[in-house]
Order: sequence, then C-alpha cells, then structure tokens
Amino acid sequence: MISAELNKTRIAITGATGFLGTALVERLLRSVPESELVLVVRPGRRGAQNRLDRDIFRNDAFERIRSTFNDESHETFEEMCRRRVFAVAGDVGADGLGLDPEGLALLATCDIVIHSAATVSFDSALDDAVEINLLGPMRVAAAMRAAAAAREEPTRGGLETGESAHLIAVSTCYVAGSRRGSAPEELIDESPFFVDVDWQTEVDSARRARIDAEQASRTPQRLSELAKQARRSLGAAGGPALTDKVEQLRQKWVAQQLTDAGRSRASSLGFPDAYAFTKALGERALVETRGNVPVSIVRPSIIESAFAEPAPGWIRGFRMAEPVIAAYARGLLKEFPGIPEGVIDIIPVDLVVATILAVATRGPEHDENQAHKPDVVQIASGAANPLMYAQLVDLVRSWFNEHPVYDDRNQPISVPEWSFPGRGRVVRQLGRAKKTLDLGERALNVLPLRGKHADFSAELEERKEQLERANGYVELYGAYAECEALYLLDRMYALWESLDEDDRRDFSMDPRVVHWPTYVQSVHLPSMVKQARLKMQPGAKSTQSRSARLRKQVLAHERQLAVFDLENTLIASNVVASYAWLATRHLNVADRMSFTMKTLREAPALLSLDRQDRSDFLRYFYRRFEGAPVELMARDSREMLSDLLIAKSFPAGIRRVREHRALGHKTLLITGALDFVVEPLRPLFDHMITAEMTATNGSYDGQLIAVPPTGEARYQTLVDFAEAHDLDLRQAVAYADSSSDLPMLEAVGFPVAVNAETKLASIARRRGWLIEHWAKSAGAPNRLLPISPRAHREPSATRQRATRQRATRQRANRQRANRLREVTANAL
Amino acid sequence: MPSDPRRKAPRPGFVLDVDKSTPPILFHHGEQFRLEKLPADRSRVIYPAEPLPGLQDPDEAIREALLNPINEDPLPALLWAGMKLTIAFDDLSLPLPSMRRPDIRQRIIEQVLDMAAAAAVDDVHLIAALALHRRMTEAELRHALGDRIYDAFAPQQTLYNHDAEDPDGMVELGLTRHDEQVTMNRRAAESDLLIYVNLNIVSMDGGWKSTATGLSDYKGVRHHHNVATMQNSKSFMDRHSSELHHSNWRQGEVIKAHGPRIFQIETTINNNTFGYDGPLSVLQKREWEWSARDRATFIGMKNGLDVMPSAARRKIFQAWQAPYELTSVQAGEVESVHQQTLENVFTQHIVPVEGQTDVLTFGLPYICPYNVNSVMNPILVMCLGLGYFFNLYRGRPLVREGGVVIMSHPTPWEFHPVHHPSYIDFFEQVLGDTTDPIEIEKRYEEQFAYDEWYIHLYRNSYAYHGVHPFYMWYWGAHALQWLGRVIVVGGDPRSVRRLGFQPASTMQDALEMAGDVVGPDPSITHFHNPPILMADVT
Repeated sequence: MISAELNKTRIAITGATGFLGTALVERLLRSVPESELVLVVRPGRRGAQNRLDRDIFRNDAFERIRSTFNDESHETFEEMCRRRVFAVAGDVGADGLGLDPEGLALLATCDIVIHSAATVSFDSALDDAVEINLLGPMRVAAAMRAAAAAREEPTRGGLETGESAHLIAVSTCYVAGSRRGSAPEELIDESPFFVDVDWQTEVDSARRARIDAEQASRTPQRLSELAKQARRSLGAAGGPALTDKVEQLRQKWVAQQLTDAGRSRASSLGFPDAYAFTKALGERALVETRGNVPVSIVRPSIIESAFAEPAPGWIRGFRMAEPVIAAYARGLLKEFPGIPEGVIDIIPVDLVVATILAVATRGPEHDENQAHKPDVVQIASGAANPLMYAQLVDLVRSWFNEHPVYDDRNQPISVPEWSFPGRGRVVRQLGRAKKTLDLGERALNVLPLRGKHADFSAELEERKEQLERANGYVELYGAYAECEALYLLDRMYALWESLDEDDRRDFSMDPRVVHWPTYVQSVHLPSMVKQARLKMQPGAKSTQSRSARLRKQVLAHERQLAVFDLENTLIASNVVASYAWLATRHLNVADRMSFTMKTLREAPALLSLDRQDRSDFLRYFYRRFEGAPVELMARDSREMLSDLLIAKSFPAGIRRVREHRALGHKTLLITGALDFVVEPLRPLFDHMITAEMTATNGSYDGQLIAVPPTGEARYQTLVDFAEAHDLDLRQAVAYADSSSDLPMLEAVGFPVAVNAETKLASIARRRGWLIEHWAKSAGAPNRLLPISPRAHREPSATRQRATRQRATRQRANRQRANRLREVTANAL
Repeated sequence: MPSDPRRKAPRPGFVLDVDKSTPPILFHHGEQFRLEKLPADRSRVIYPAEPLPGLQDPDEAIREALLNPINEDPLPALLWAGMKLTIAFDDLSLPLPSMRRPDIRQRIIEQVLDMAAAAAVDDVHLIAALALHRRMTEAELRHALGDRIYDAFAPQQTLYNHDAEDPDGMVELGLTRHDEQVTMNRRAAESDLLIYVNLNIVSMDGGWKSTATGLSDYKGVRHHHNVATMQNSKSFMDRHSSELHHSNWRQGEVIKAHGPRIFQIETTINNNTFGYDGPLSVLQKREWEWSARDRATFIGMKNGLDVMPSAARRKIFQAWQAPYELTSVQAGEVESVHQQTLENVFTQHIVPVEGQTDVLTFGLPYICPYNVNSVMNPILVMCLGLGYFFNLYRGRPLVREGGVVIMSHPTPWEFHPVHHPSYIDFFEQVLGDTTDPIEIEKRYEEQFAYDEWYIHLYRNSYAYHGVHPFYMWYWGAHALQWLGRVIVVGGDPRSVRRLGFQPASTMQDALEMAGDVVGPDPSITHFHNPPILMADVT
C-alpha cells in the first residue's frame, strides 16, 4: 500500500544530505520505484545538481540499490536518478527558501514535502538554531503556499492550483523538555508543562544576542586579550598570521557566547539544549502560521544506525552517541553521568524512515469539520522496548573488552568501569584533569623545546583537547542520559495497525523488533568503529605509515620547488652561534673568556627579542658586524663551513635537499643568516636568499640592505621567487622549524615541520603536516659554546728566533758527530 | 734510556697454543677492551713481534740515505738553482696512531729542505699526497711537518693538500699496457724532481702506490680501487700476489716514462705502538707476563673507560701518540727502495703460522687509517676487520675458505659529519639496499663519485671523497667472498645487521653461532693485533 500510494506522487525533501534525509532518498528510490523526488539542497559552490551526485548518491547507502543495476538493465543507476530526482537550490535559512521561479515551479509539482533539514549539532549558536530549527519549518510552509498558488497544472497526485501539498515536518521527541514521566503525542501547547513564550520575541532576542556578542567581541580589552592569546599559540609568526589568528579567535569567541546563550535560555525553559528548545518553538510557529498547509509532525528520539535498511549498521556522519562511545573506547571518558535505570531512547534510522513514509501515505489528518488538523507521531523505543542506560553501558563495555581499541604503542586500551555518578562530579573531575594539563602545557610552552620534546608537548595538548571534548560531551549529552521522560507511541501504533501485511514486512517501524544486545554489539558498534576509524588491530603505527605516505608525496616527481629554512631545519645552529664563532676566531684566550661571558649575559634579552619579532632581532643583532672586514669574513666563513655548519648539520636534512635536487625539483634556501655565512653551502642549493649587509671600504656597516627574509617577509620572498621562476606554490614543499615560518608553510602545497618547536609542532599535528625529526649525526663533535678554534697567527719574533737557534744547534751537533766519525774512521 | 731487556733483545712473534692454564686473552674493542677465555686445546693466539730497536741517530740515518741513495744519484746532485722541486708526503692515515713529535716526515723534509736551500732551490712545493682522503687540518700538518716548515711554507701557499678535483690541478700522463689511465697532480708532474716522503707502516704502503695513488684522482685510482682488483689481491698486503699493486706498478711504468723524475724516500717504524711504560704499555705485553701492576693498571683503565661517555673515551684515545721509532730509511729509485723497505717491514711484522683455522677472531682497536681525530663508523669497522686485518697474511688466508671471522667492536651507529658525509648516505641508502660489493659498485659508485656536493666538501671542508666509502667496502670484498659468516661481538645490533653481519653479545654466543657454519668444536685462531703482525701462513 505504501509503495503503491507513493508511486503516484512526487515528494520534496529538505535536508537530503543529512543522515535521515539520505536514508529517505535511498528508501524512496529503492522501495517506491515509481515515485519522483525533488531535493531542496543548499547549492554551495558547486551547484545543487552537483551536490546531489557528490554528497548524496556517492554515499554507501546507495550500494544496495546500485548493485541491482547491471549491464542488462535498461538504464544505469545514474540514468534512473536523473529521470526521477530533481535538484532545487534552496536554503531553509532564507525567506522563501531562496527559491528562484523555476525552483518554486518545481516545488509546486510536489504532493508531499518532507522537511528534515535541521541543525542537529547540540552546541550550535542560538541564532543559527533559531534561523533553521525555529523559522525553517515556517519558511517551508510559506514556500509551499506560494507554490500552490502558482501551480499551473495538477500534480501527479492530483493537487489542483491553490491546493497545498502535505508537509511532514521532522522534529524531535525532546521538544517535550526535561520532564519525568510520559510524554504523549500531542502538540507542544497542549502539554500541561508548556511554558508559554512568544516565539517571535525569542527570534528577535536571538538576533539581538548575535549583534551584542559581535559588539562585545570588538572592545579594546577583548581584542587585546585575543591578541595575547594568538601570540601565545603562534609565537612570532608575523603580522598577517597573527591578525588572521586574532580574527579567528574573535569569531570563535562570538560563537561560544551564542552557544552559551542558547544553552542557558533553553535550560531556563526546561529544555536539555538549544536544539530541543528551538525545535519546540519551531513546531509551535509552524502550527500557528501554517495557513492552508496540511501539517504532520514526526518526532523521532535519538536516531542511530540502521537496524536493517539499507544495510544493518549503516550510518552517516558521526552522530550523538558515537563520539561519546569513541571517547569511552579510547579510555578518555573515565566517567559519564547518567541514571543507570534511566532509559536511553535511541531509534534506528530505518524505523524513522518507515514512520515518515507511513504518515505520508496516510495523508493529513482532518478534524470533525474535515479541516486539516496538525497531528503528531512519535517514533521512539523507550515506551515499547526500553534500553536501560546501565544495560547500554554494559553492552558497550563487554564489546570493547573483547574488541579493544589499540593505542599508538599497540597496547589494547582497557575501558573503564562507570559508576554512574552525578553530572556535577564528572564535570569537576574533568575540570581538575584539564587544569593539570593546562599548567603542564603552559610550563612547556615557556621552555625552548624542539623536535621530540616539542612532540611531547603537542601530545599533551592533544590530550587536553580530548579532555575538553569529553567535557563537552558531558555538558551536551549529559542531559540526555539523565532524561527520564517516556515518549508514548499510541498514534504511531495506530498507524502501524492500519498497515497491511506487505507494508509491515517492507516498512517495519515497530521498535519492538529491536533486540538491543544484538543491535548494539553486532550492528551498531562494528559499524561505528569503522566509521570512527578506531584502531582495532595492533599493527604498524598508523602515524608511521602516515609519515611514510606524506614523505612519498613530498618527494613525488611532480613537485617543482623545495624551500628550506636553515637554522634548526638543516643545521643545529643560529645567527648568534655563527657570530660568536666568527668573532672569537681572532681573539686571544682572555678576550675569548670575556666575550663568552658577555654573550651569555646577553642571551636572555636576545632570546626574548627573537621571540617578539625575528626581523627586529636580526636587525639589532647584525649591527655587531659593523667594521668587520669583508674579505676576512669570507675567508673565515669558509673554515666555519666545516667547524660549525657541517659539524652541526642534520645529515638527513642535507640528504633531503639532495633528494629533491636529484628529482629535478628546484631547491631554495631562504634564511635570515648573512650571505657570507652561508656562502659555502651554495653548491647544495639551486638558489639562496639570505640577509645581506652593506659594506664600505671593504668593511661591513652592520646595516641590512633589505628586510631580512623571515616571517611574512619570507613568505613574500617565496611568492616573488615562485612568480619569477614560473613555479606553482601548490607544487612546492617547504621545510621549517618555527611558527615564525607559518606564513611560508601555509603558502605551499606541502609544508613540512622539521624539529618543530612546541607551537609549530601542535599546529602541524593538527593540520596533518609531515613532521620530520632530523638529528645531528651521532658522533658529531660536541662543543658547548660556538667558539672557533683559534686561527693561527704569524709566529712571534721570539719564537722565530728560538726555532732558528734550534736549527743551528742541530746542524752543529750533526757536524760534530760527523767529524767525530771521520776522526775515528781515520784512527782505525 | 731505561734498561728494558726487551729493547735490546726483542722476541719475535709466535703462535701460542691455548691450554687450560692460558689466561684470558686481550681483545681490542674500539675505545674499550675485552678479556676473553678461549677454548683450550683447539685455540691458538698469534702474537706480534716485540718492537725492534729503533735507529740510534735517526737524523744521521736519514742524511746517510739521502747522500747514498739506492740506484740513484745523491740528492744534492739532483738539486740545482732555478729548478722546480716538489716534495710529496704521506698523509694523516699514516702512521697509526699518529706518532710523537717530531714526526719522521718532519725529520726527513727538514733535511731535504736544508739540502735544497744549500743548492739555492727557490721553487719548492710541499703536497700532502692524500688522493681521495680528507684534507689535513692546520694542526695535523703542523704535527706531521713541524711548525718551522708550516710557518715557512703555508702562508705562501706552497704547502697544501693535494686536490684531486681541482679542474686545473691534474694532468694525464698516459695509459698503461692494460689501458689504465695514469693521472697525477699537475705541480708534481711538472716538477723537475718529485721527492716522495713515505712512512711504511704496513706492507701495502709505498712503492709505486705512493705516487700512482697518492697524487692521483678518481680517474686514476678506479682502475685498481674496484671489486675485481680487490678480489684478486690475495692479499693486498703481499705486493707480489696483489692485483692492486700490479696495477699500481703498471701505472708506475707510465710515470717512469712520462712523469717527473722521482726520488723516493721510504721509512719503516717498529712495533712500539703503546710504549714500554705508561698506561697503555700493558697492551703490548703477553697476558701471562702481566705483572700485578699491569693487571691493576688494566683493570683500572677498563673500569674507568666503562663509566665514561663514548665521546670522552674517544677523546682520550685519539690523543694517544705512539712512541714509534724509526727502524730504517732508504732513498733512491722507487722499486729498489721499496724492495728494501718491504724486507724491513717484514722483519718486524712476519710471524710464521702453520695451517689455516676454522674460526678467526680479531679485536678491532679504536683506530684505522681513515678515522684519525675522527669517529670509527660502522663502515670503517668493516674495512678494518675484513679489509686490513683479514688481509694481513702472506701465502693463504689464516681462515679457511667458508670459515668464520669473529670481530669484536662496539660498532656504534655514529659518523663524523664533517669527515664522513658520504659514508652516512652510503650507510643509510646503499647498504639499506644491498651489501654485495659488485652490485654496489655497479649501481651506486659513479653517482657518489661525481656528486657535486661531496666534491665540494672534499675540496673545501675536511671530507673524504664521495666515492671513498665504496673503497672501504671493496677492501673487504676478498674476505666477503671467502668467508662463510662474519660475527661482531658486542656490536650495536642495528648497525651490525645493516653491514650484513651477525651481532653476538658474548664471545661464547659468537663461537656457538660460528659452529652452525663450520661445525662443532672448530679450530680457533686469535689474531693478537695491534701491535701489527702479518701471518705467513703455510
């Protein structure tokens, strides 16, 4: 009956790219073979039709129906889709859905509209939630009225001009709010617990909250606080990178304000979160403003992976319970609040789809006057086939005990046992852990760490983020685990009763069919761990194989350019060391000592200047070269090649430069070091861009000719270089060690963080960049201070005299001996 | 001089049969030592001869040699005002370890320069004949030649290191009858007289190898520094059975015909590597003759070294300068001089040994010709063991074909980045791919030899030439072909495996592993070197 009825119709669906929407599209295409679909999707950059192909039909949900097409079929799957499915560009966040006349005309040909678009993220900003969840259904209804009025010919199902299609709005059971006891299938305002608030006022205040937050984020205090934060996380990354970061942080701050606003407004009215709150008001607004549009509301509880259709365990996206379960399996969530005997109301997606299609088949409800009457159908499991929270935790734990997730060291992670504490205790616990990590992280950030050590701090940071996320789950979903409402299913069962045998078989929606242990352990978890890409087998370190893969990409033939930073990327040295080496080369022992002491005394000041701004530091520091003879510097630098540069080089780094060259990539060194210092390295690179000083009368002035190529100047230098040599930066690889190189790293297609210092290490990890640890050769001479071996001077006059005297003495001795021998020989 | 009876009547080297009463035997082990008890009744130990007495008056002996050369006019007769004179000398790789000042080269060259000055020769160049070795540093040149010579010549740029990659610095002298190219340092080749000052620490050195190899370049040396030649040099320490030397001698014919006139000065030194007294003297004594004091010194030294970081140990050992004494000096025509030199070398080194062994053991010391003031990296471990030690034989190898060599060395995965840059890449890339010398030669040699970066470092830094690690590997090619297995005791397992050898943590384990190849209860011979010995195997 369902199939036969719906075969005659054309159905519009919003939110088709979502979990439920995709399931609906798939089900209709497969089980209702004559039906036609109009999908209202946000066009994005690629256009609506393109999104259909990319974001819907490519999903693995369609594997089943695809497999029914073969060479003998009269059409391909794609041809079938083109024949039956039409894309309309539209946005439920815009008035009139942002439909163009063709879109409206296409909507007018529909008999049924299923509105499943929503922002389901439980921490979305208040105003976003309001625009989509609250105003969305109203906008759909309005567009349908306009479409009905503009309709030129009857629909497939026989709707005439002015006659509106049937709107099925998907809502959520949780519109009933955080209450105990049964929640029947009735309109929001019919409930005795409903607090009457005016939805229009809520809309206005949400919009104002956005304006207020934007305003507050722009106060000088706030901005300087954000700037400080940006510097803390990026270091001396240069102006543009920092301003980018500040703006990013500001937007994040605004979003956080609005999320908080949503959550507190929701809880003040007895809803678990802004999602349920805006959904509830959305239902109300829709019913109030529906006009002649017949409305049915379907309220599922927490939708989870498919029970059987299109395939057991099928799921799209990482949904509500999954991140929590994943965090638990990784051992991160030591505790999660909840009431052990409370009901966790989850419902497989295919049951929800079947309910919606049954409602669509039934058509709108009428009151005694044959006028359309909005009705509600709930689809949930709690009332008919409850899954207790304790039981779920048990099932999950025993499954992960048998199928543990493996950590980076290939050790199985044992899952914790939950004791179902109150939410407050969990929050406090997580808070404490986070504070400890915060302290550790701040301590590490101050230390000048690199490479492996920096990795450790990046690990700490990741740990902290995971904790923050865990904390977020508790805040977001804790309310759901503590929800004690029971969603009644009387109308759903009435609908079920009305179905014939075939429909009951093909469109099963009875939650009683779900055997929870089987569903959780054999259907949901196996599919979920795959979806979450949890490491279920010990084996090669996934990170290692990842670096190998990235390394291969970096050394691919099509790359055109490899850019290298010098200090701490190829060589464990810096401008101070090379200066000290050159400066001490011609000093005597006493002067060396005092030089060393002086430099050591200055070190902290220099270090902090370097952290502030690299080019300021260089400009200041290079003044020391004032008066240095050009020729002497060149000669001494040649000696420094061996004693400092090569001795402190990273052989793997040097090898990488040469590998790039061998592959035909252009190799470029960009460094803030002085030209004469790195001159002996010239044969290693195709090009070198360095800092240069002016010279007069054969001596350096200590003034730089141009801005030294560091920070954003380095980025600009690279861009100019690429342009001049006709190279594509997307095909470029850049190696650098510090967050001050961020602009350059971000500019290329293949950034590599080498021996990264703490900040860059964490950025690189987060962005999935290749991270290399290059070390000095074991066996390299280890000198504490970069003091040069003394250049040999002309021997002093005294010494020359002594040498001469010794030679004369030796000659005299020899002659005496010879004479003696002759005498003896003669005597004999 | 203190009166140690051994100085006057040094005992020759000999073969000890190990019985139950034999004390544990000393094994060199890098910058460390091991004492190993060898199985009684099937093991023997070959001891080097005690140091021959040095010449009483080395300066006089040198003068004598210069004035009365073999098959050549006295040196003063070869010198005249206005001539172009070049003095080439052996580089840092000789002797091992470096000798105490004054170095023999200094003694000889000072006299040569005196004679040149007497003949009013102005145009004199001094060249370190290092072929493809690393350049010598200022300190090293000062050590070898003395400050007086250094200060007189270096500032004028008339004392310098040979540069085989100087595009204008080399000349081709022609082809040998086997079509081998002969190249030579241009200054040396275009001189009126080339005086070569040699230091013959082992029988491989000297003769035509001094000039044909020392002053040559890649084009010249590749004709004998290759796998086929080395596999046919049995051994390369025995000039008459050495394809390496046959090739060098053929190149010598070309030099004789088309090159400069050569005045060859060759010297030999005694076995006094560790001194008669001092902390290391115990290394030169036979274990059962160790006094209580020797034992205490040794245990103290060993314990001290055990707790020291490896860098500190290396520093201590590299600072050791041997009190070598000159045992002979001969000058004149190359081949006649070398004939004499070899006899003198053999007098000190040769130890007659009867019969081969199943298992040959070495304790590898901290130094080889290529890590003076540097790090003995795993490739050098291979070269010292399977190249030098294995080849220190005359007649036939000490170990039977298919036998096992057990060497003892920590073999750390450590490289000197300045001296051995191409070794690092050879070890990481080439050996990661294959350890077969023929494959390596075929697939990688030219790539490394012509590599511009390595050439840059060879010329401007202190790096061995890019191709040098290949030669290290070829030096062991004969042994690799001959042996059934190579085991390294106490070596870093990672680097030992990378070399294609097997790591063992104790000598007992190693002997058991050797048993898998040569059968149970094999005969064992320990090669008690250094001080240097050469086995004459019958």
